[in-house]
Amino acid sequence: MLRSSQPLTGPNRKRCHEDEILLRTVLDEEERGFIIDTRSAQAAKQARMTGGGTEPKSSYPQWKRLHRPLERGRPLQESFVKLVEACNDTSLNMDRWLSRLESCRWLSHVKAALSTACLAAQCMDREEASVLVHGAEGMDTTLLVTALAQVILDPSCRTLVGFQGLLEREWIEAGHPFHLRCSRSAYSHARLKQEAPLFLLFLDCVWQLSRQFPFSLEFSERLLLTLFDNAYASAYGTFLCNNEKERCLCKVKENTHSLWAWLNQPGERKKYLNPLYSHNTLVIWPSVEPQSIQLWQGLFFRWIRSSQYLDEAWAEIQQLIEGN
Amino acid sequence: VENVRLLDRLSSRKATLGTLYLTATHVIFVENGSETRKETWVLHSQISSIEKQATTATGCPLLIRCKNFQVIQLVIPQERDCHDVYISLIRLTRPVKYEELYCFSFNPKLDKEEREQGWKLVDLNEEYNRMGVPNNYWQTSDVNREYGVCDSYPTEVYVPKSATAHIIVGSSKFRSRRRFPALSYYCKDNNASICRSSQPLSGFSARCLEDEQMLQAIRKANPGSDFVYVVDTRPKLNAMANRAAGKGYENEDNYSNIKFQFIGIENIHVMRNSLQKMLEVCELKSPSMSDFLWGLENSGWLKHIKAIMDAGIFIAKAVAEEGVSVLVHCSDGWDRTAQVCSVASLLLDPYYRTMKGFMVLIEKDWVSFGHKFNHRYGNLDGDPKEISPVIDQFIECVWQLMEQFPCAFEFNERFLIHIQHHIYSCQFGNFLCNSQKERRELKIQERTYSLWAHLWKNRADYLNPLYRPDHSQTQGTLRPQMAPCNFLYKFWSGMYNRFEKGLHPRQSVTDYLMAVKEETQQLEEELEVLRERLANLQKSQLNDNKVKTKQHDRSKQFGLSTSNNSLANTPQEYSNDLKSFPSRSPSQGDEEDSALILTQDNLKSSDPDLSANSDQESGVEDLSCRSPSGGGCLPSEDSGKDSDEAVFLAV
Repeated sequence: MLRSSQPLTGPNRKRCHEDEILLRTVLDEEERGFIIDTRSAQAAKQARMTGGGTEPKSSYPQWKRLHRPLERGRPLQESFVKLVEACNDTSLNMDRWLSRLESCRWLSHVKAALSTACLAAQCMDREEASVLVHGAEGMDTTLLVTALAQVILDPSCRTLVGFQGLLEREWIEAGHPFHLRCSRSAYSHARLKQEAPLFLLFLDCVWQLSRQFPFSLEFSERLLLTLFDNAYASAYGTFLCNNEKERCLCKVKENTHSLWAWLNQPGERKKYLNPLYSHNTLVIWPSVEPQSIQLWQGLFFRWIRSSQYLDEAWAEIQQLIEGN
Repeated sequence: VENVRLLDRLSSRKATLGTLYLTATHVIFVENGSETRKETWVLHSQISSIEKQATTATGCPLLIRCKNFQVIQLVIPQERDCHDVYISLIRLTRPVKYEELYCFSFNPKLDKEEREQGWKLVDLNEEYNRMGVPNNYWQTSDVNREYGVCDSYPTEVYVPKSATAHIIVGSSKFRSRRRFPALSYYCKDNNASICRSSQPLSGFSARCLEDEQMLQAIRKANPGSDFVYVVDTRPKLNAMANRAAGKGYENEDNYSNIKFQFIGIENIHVMRNSLQKMLEVCELKSPSMSDFLWGLENSGWLKHIKAIMDAGIFIAKAVAEEGVSVLVHCSDGWDRTAQVCSVASLLLDPYYRTMKGFMVLIEKDWVSFGHKFNHRYGNLDGDPKEISPVIDQFIECVWQLMEQFPCAFEFNERFLIHIQHHIYSCQFGNFLCNSQKERRELKIQERTYSLWAHLWKNRADYLNPLYRPDHSQTQGTLRPQMAPCNFLYKFWSGMYNRFEKGLHPRQSVTDYLMAVKEETQQLEEELEVLRERLANLQKSQLNDNKVKTKQHDRSKQFGLSTSNNSLANTPQEYSNDLKSFPSRSPSQGDEEDSALILTQDNLKSSDPDLSANSDQESGVEDLSCRSPSGGGCLPSEDSGKDSDEAVFLAV
């Protein structure tokens, strides 16, 4: 699986020899590859007007292009803001809750993200084909897809340590602009242009996987909530800045502590483990039917309703397993 | 009929070829194919509707929709065969006499005494005694012993001490269907009670002295409070409309010391339509999130569930927190009243959250108080306007509560699903007819078997591993969050998409934890035995030492050597005590003994065999399944593998 940003085809349909060779060398003679473009075909075409574009079939003959539009940027942030508003709205009665939930579109985004990640995974696992994922910049929906696909495909990404490695690789080092994206969150009135909850969407998708495969992830919901918190505001330097270059310039490694170092201490670590975990070497294929995708109550109702009874249930589960 | 194809619900490309059989009691589809010959059995009683669809090139499609939400799509090659099957099914699924139902031919091979014992498992007299009645405030009345007062009520009812036979009879004449106020639940901690009845025949201005006295009697039976709540579970508009028909509701001016309350739950027709709409959403092929959420909201289903729950919460609060008695009614007092009383009881009393207690609750508030099972669930062919998912809604309320309070119930989701299944299956006699009177006339207990005994025998499958009688969640009253709480009501895909295996988490946490729990128990038992053995060994060693010391002293005196150990106890043969591992509970087969289950490989399917029905799962290889004879669990070697994934490559 490869990721990149969009090719700069532009309105004059420029070609780039090196780019074509690069992609050609990925595949064997007779092999086929898939390009998953996270923009709609329309949007991708329009991108040409501003210097971007898509890989033309003629120049990249072995690659089949699939478009799976995923929401990003402003509309995604709006979706998030609306959802949080709806969750906080105590005047909402049951009559209109579901349509209000629907109008936020958040769950549709979760469904789309999971579906696209599964598509990428399917190409690799079932079709045994290589996959190139990109959107426009390659920093948002691209990373969402590649990271999720790996959780689906690769059991080592489902361990506590492996998942941290995945985050480092596919989000932090890959240059997701955390500083810009995870800035003010849902309550702020300042609607910043660069703010968008892609990382939260990723965590939500991982939570959906944990619900559908309760034995397959080594970490618990608590880890996901902690990651969400730290992406926005943290005592640690892990999610600072927008890319490796900035982190170097700011001397983040010299001046701050790593979140991973803290999380992995034996005393801390056990709080984030899933007591039901059992190493599952197989690919986990989630259902993306609407009935299978639920609102992440642990996050969106975190401060609104008590989690006491559910926490007690987890404590029971822990006890049962430890008792054994 | 041969060469029939069974289509897969989710991906219509997948079809299995097989033979279709129609028997007197079942529709059976047997797969061709040498290895598995998987069978799908459907009881006629379960079939809700049959739809013959337009003939296509591939054959004649027949869609069978079941009351347990299974949907079976068949394609029959010849149009004539399809028509024959259709006509036969129409007749078979509309029985005219009770004797046509499966429960009269079902034979689980038990003797007469076992059958009787099965019926005695749930004893309502015991239950009322457990509650604390009869006592100073409540007594039994035999006024209805021949069903002379109310033919839809049981022969044994509990009424306030000060309610004489005269008052009861008088009150019954003033109540719709003669369903006078009677005790449903008594709270011995504070003497508050839940009573139930039907609507008064008050019209615009009619009064009845005895009925007013009846309510006073209820109030007096609770010295701790000076008023009673009267809860009408209908929307106010409906109740008012009833007045024009000479019925209605209690006027606070006429009845001393009552506080009247409407809690609007819609009627059976609205509920029937609501379910219909929700099932249509479930049948959508590849719906978007939008389609699903809009469809679900449009059906109003969760709104109704919440309304029932809210009513139950109100009543539970009145009893537990205010110590005030409540009289509940709707129109006829056998639908919404039953729902609301049983939800309230469940919230109030932890006994009803145990497996036995739940069976007792259904026997009391649904079976004995004359809920019209036949009319509502179509045992026999009848008026389609009487059909309504009333008990289904109650069962869903219980599930919603289980989701909110995972440690509070002794039983699990499977228990609820199987109960719902059997309410419609007519395989057991518990839910036949419309009243106790009818059931006794038909001699149900002598001619059929009790579901409760069957479930009880298999209770290991129905346990909730997180339940502990001493857990805080299991004590006292359950207090669901009141508001905001819209989001707490989830769509129950375990019930309404029960047969679509692709939708559910493939690994059952419940089954896994039960296995863990059992193994721990067995290990602890073994540990106990070993400890005893160790203690005995140590004792004998001690004696040995004592003897040695004595001897040593003596030898000191006499200079004899004491290394003779023959006086010490030789270790006993403990192997007799330590038999082979304690045997497992009877519902599990021998196969599971060999591999102490801790891996997901040996998980039971989440939908084990319902006796006489073969395994109904569609070919998902990772779930171990029970053999058709209801025998032991066969651990599948393939379990744990990823099974079919949804088709992500959208067309």
